[in-house]
Amino acid sequence: MNLRLIKQRFMLHLDPILLSGLGALLLVSLLTLYSASGGNEMRVFGQLGNIAIGFVALWIVANMPLHWLMRIAVPIYVLGMLMLIGVALFGEISHGARRWLNLGFMNFQPSELMKIAVPLMMAWYFEKHEATLTMKNYVIATLLLLMPVALILRQPDLGTSILIAASGFYVLFLAGLSWRIIGGLLVGAAASAPFLWNMLHDYQRHRILMLFDPSQDALGKGYHTIQGMIAVGSGGLLGKGYMQGTQTHLEFLPERTTDFIFAVWSEEFGFVGNLFLLGLFAFVIGRGFMITAAASTYFTRLMAGSITLTFFTYAFVNMGMVSGILPVVGVPLPLVSYGGTSMLTLLLGFGVLMSIHTHQRLVKT
Amino acid sequence: MTPHVELKNHQRERYLFSLRLIFCLGFVAVLLAILVARTFYLQVWKHEYFDTMAESNRIFVVPIVPNRGVITDRHGEVLARNYAGYTLELTPEKIPDLNATIEEIGKLVEIKPKDLRRFRKLMSERRSLQTLPVKTRLTDEELARFAAQRYRFPGVEIKARLFREYPLSDTTSHLLGYIGRINQLELDDLEKKNLAGNYMGSDYIGKTGIEERYEKEMHGVTGFEQIEVDAGGRAVRMLSRTPPQSGKDLQLTLDAGLQKVAEEAFGDYRGALVAIDPANGEILSFVSKPGYDPNLFIDGIDTESWDALNNSPDVPLNNRALRGQYPPGSTIKPFMALTGLHFDARSPAFSISDPGYYMLPGSSHQYRDWKTGGHGKVDLFKSIVVSCDTYYYGLATELGIDRMHEYLEQFGFGKQTGIDLKGETSGLLPSTEWKRKRYEQIWYPGDTVSAGIGQGYNLVTPLQLAFATAILANDGVAYKPHLVKEIQHAPDEKQAQPEPLYDLHIPAEHLALVKGAMAAVVKPGGTAVGAFWGVQYPVAGKTGTAQVIGMKQGEKYDEGKVSEYNRDHAWFIAFAPADKPRIALAVLAENGGHGGSTAAPIARKVLDYYLLGKKPKPLQKVIEQAGAEDD
Repeated sequence: MNLRLIKQRFMLHLDPILLSGLGALLLVSLLTLYSASGGNEMRVFGQLGNIAIGFVALWIVANMPLHWLMRIAVPIYVLGMLMLIGVALFGEISHGARRWLNLGFMNFQPSELMKIAVPLMMAWYFEKHEATLTMKNYVIATLLLLMPVALILRQPDLGTSILIAASGFYVLFLAGLSWRIIGGLLVGAAASAPFLWNMLHDYQRHRILMLFDPSQDALGKGYHTIQGMIAVGSGGLLGKGYMQGTQTHLEFLPERTTDFIFAVWSEEFGFVGNLFLLGLFAFVIGRGFMITAAASTYFTRLMAGSITLTFFTYAFVNMGMVSGILPVVGVPLPLVSYGGTSMLTLLLGFGVLMSIHTHQRLVKT
Repeated sequence: MTPHVELKNHQRERYLFSLRLIFCLGFVAVLLAILVARTFYLQVWKHEYFDTMAESNRIFVVPIVPNRGVITDRHGEVLARNYAGYTLELTPEKIPDLNATIEEIGKLVEIKPKDLRRFRKLMSERRSLQTLPVKTRLTDEELARFAAQRYRFPGVEIKARLFREYPLSDTTSHLLGYIGRINQLELDDLEKKNLAGNYMGSDYIGKTGIEERYEKEMHGVTGFEQIEVDAGGRAVRMLSRTPPQSGKDLQLTLDAGLQKVAEEAFGDYRGALVAIDPANGEILSFVSKPGYDPNLFIDGIDTESWDALNNSPDVPLNNRALRGQYPPGSTIKPFMALTGLHFDARSPAFSISDPGYYMLPGSSHQYRDWKTGGHGKVDLFKSIVVSCDTYYYGLATELGIDRMHEYLEQFGFGKQTGIDLKGETSGLLPSTEWKRKRYEQIWYPGDTVSAGIGQGYNLVTPLQLAFATAILANDGVAYKPHLVKEIQHAPDEKQAQPEPLYDLHIPAEHLALVKGAMAAVVKPGGTAVGAFWGVQYPVAGKTGTAQVIGMKQGEKYDEGKVSEYNRDHAWFIAFAPADKPRIALAVLAENGGHGGSTAAPIARKVLDYYLLGKKPKPLQKVIEQAGAEDD
């Protein structure tokens, strides 16, 4: 067996350009985690473990032919919905929210699975009805989206439900939902805001109110926002230097290794560091758009577009929250924040992107 | 559809998709630009402002825990107080090898196995980054020894803390409850109520009893200090200080002296006693025996002590006064008598001839009186004095269960009294409707017969029975039983005099008859004469016996033959002085046998102390003297 064949079978399905972008972001993650944890190698090794698991998943998915993805869309979505209903009925309560399902051997968070399953299902649905798309199809696709979102919002998990809603909306948008309806939806959303407000939990309302006046709760949630902004702002043009951030190392900054890791990076590497980081994100997103544009089928275009845009949404919501232009909703910085589940889902998503890219290239040649 | 058209569609669709994708690209670019602008604004434009904040900042917001309110009895005797002490606390996240560290500390400071067990238990329910005490109440010597070696132990701190202490220990355990360390569940709850900020520095929260019920009042408002620290994190100076507001002190209606006497009066008996001032509902004594030492719980109880308390056959953790449900037995009779008079089912003059048993019309089943051969000619007055069962079997049958339910409910049976403690049970006052709902069964005439003497389905808590006795003592005017007399430091909220809940408007002649009969209970010929021999004030009372196990037809209850935990419970209710009551009470001695011989002597001691200031004689003697008649 010659080397080329082995390469073709196992390696060809990775996209080196995208891979280099992801690698750079993950290096940023390890570097910042070491500082944020006060020089604790355990966090770095922990994250390396998360990355390793994520990459195995990425590699497996990237090597899956596209028609496999099509075939598993429905079963995965149905399984995810069943588990979400299971969570609502018998979920484990942890920190006041019902998000986890005890499978006996492990605790599983079905809402994470839905981050992939929802756009996959919707893209599959549009592909099936590609030739004869009517208004009815958009309505059904919207329902496919709203059911899991409503269940996750009830858990309550505002951050995840926003991200899933966004990922589904991107599919609808890319599938050509008419501008008139989008306009109508926006008006409808504005009109239903008071109703949604009532559906939110007290602490979620509190967090949104905090956005307007973080100082009113200096001991509670407002503290997060204030300290995050101080960390970012005091970083200045060039930053305070690696491991030198006072906000970070004097422990003013909450959730330093998870939701607020962007503040750590900002404080130590300044505006220049932020331009670099935003550049990395732009690079990965740009590559995602290129893959989307080159995708050959309706299904893969929708899927690739949604994954890319959702990744961007993740990043924007997190950085917006840390820099004080969005409320604190508990969304980690993708690929950078510490965490196994989000790392796995994200890298799975990129695995899908790579599969889309590499498999059609094979088809062409 | 021709292939040509489909291809065209396909192209159009690709074109549309490209437009959408370009729009998305623009959208992403705009939002990225906003982020760049925002970070530019924060990091370059406003850099100086935030830099000063971070620099001069280096401000720690340190919560200052308010002092918890002190609890005193009605005369000012302290029941729960705070004292200062030092603890050695660990932050598990900051310590790589917990076991080794604890072992090292153990060489400097004595850590008992008990401390270790408690520490393990706290580990399992802690909040993240919370410090946990491995040793509380350090001696001065231990403090000095550890302080000298402190640099060797990162993540271990000495903390000065205020400790809660309950000086009366077991005596007030069920009433005061205790505070304990805040666990994750309580933290989530605080978070939901938006109180987490106020509990930032607090380690403790009321878990049961008064401590739980008045948590809000006693906790106080957390203050905070803004402290400037240098680059090494050491405090340089204090910038501002918002002082904490101490929790409010509580003055209870409880009489600590009376409480001690009552508790001692029980001797080795399990049981409960509730004494109420009938004129306003103030609870003077609230005993549940056995008690436990609430001080054990404050820093987390160790597993061994917990198991001992939790697995004891005497269930010391059960608040019998509040939650224990027992058949009221014959103590229901004065209330039944009033029910009979109310519905004109009985006149004072009406009398029966008691053969020692009762039979329902058309049935041969004999409902036996406690006294074989019966009491002879019995009218309403005598029925209470000698506690005649036959009289009440007949009365109950004539009244019917629903009329009994209607009237007895007004004495507070079958529902919560509304006392200011959490977890009250409501007892059970049966009715046809209740039985239909509960068992989907119809009500049988036989059910009514046993309900007439407080057996069958009837269940009361000692608190309920004391409440009912207080209503009777106060001529039918009910006051809600309560434990807190005054919440201090609240001059603007002038504590209002308690308002009566309602008035039963019991006719004076009914009251005179029933109260007169109850006064005769403690006189020669009555069921409690032994316990009240030579009493110096007028007392009205009623004995009662609650069956624990049922006896078969024709079988005779023999105390010697049944095991200790299956013996009958003894009840006694009383109020005194009978003509102008200042105290009304209910006593339950679990498995105590007869009300006259075990429960009544306890009541006697409590009444003697409250009305005469007399300290009681040792228990055993009194029981020997009380050669009580049966009930």
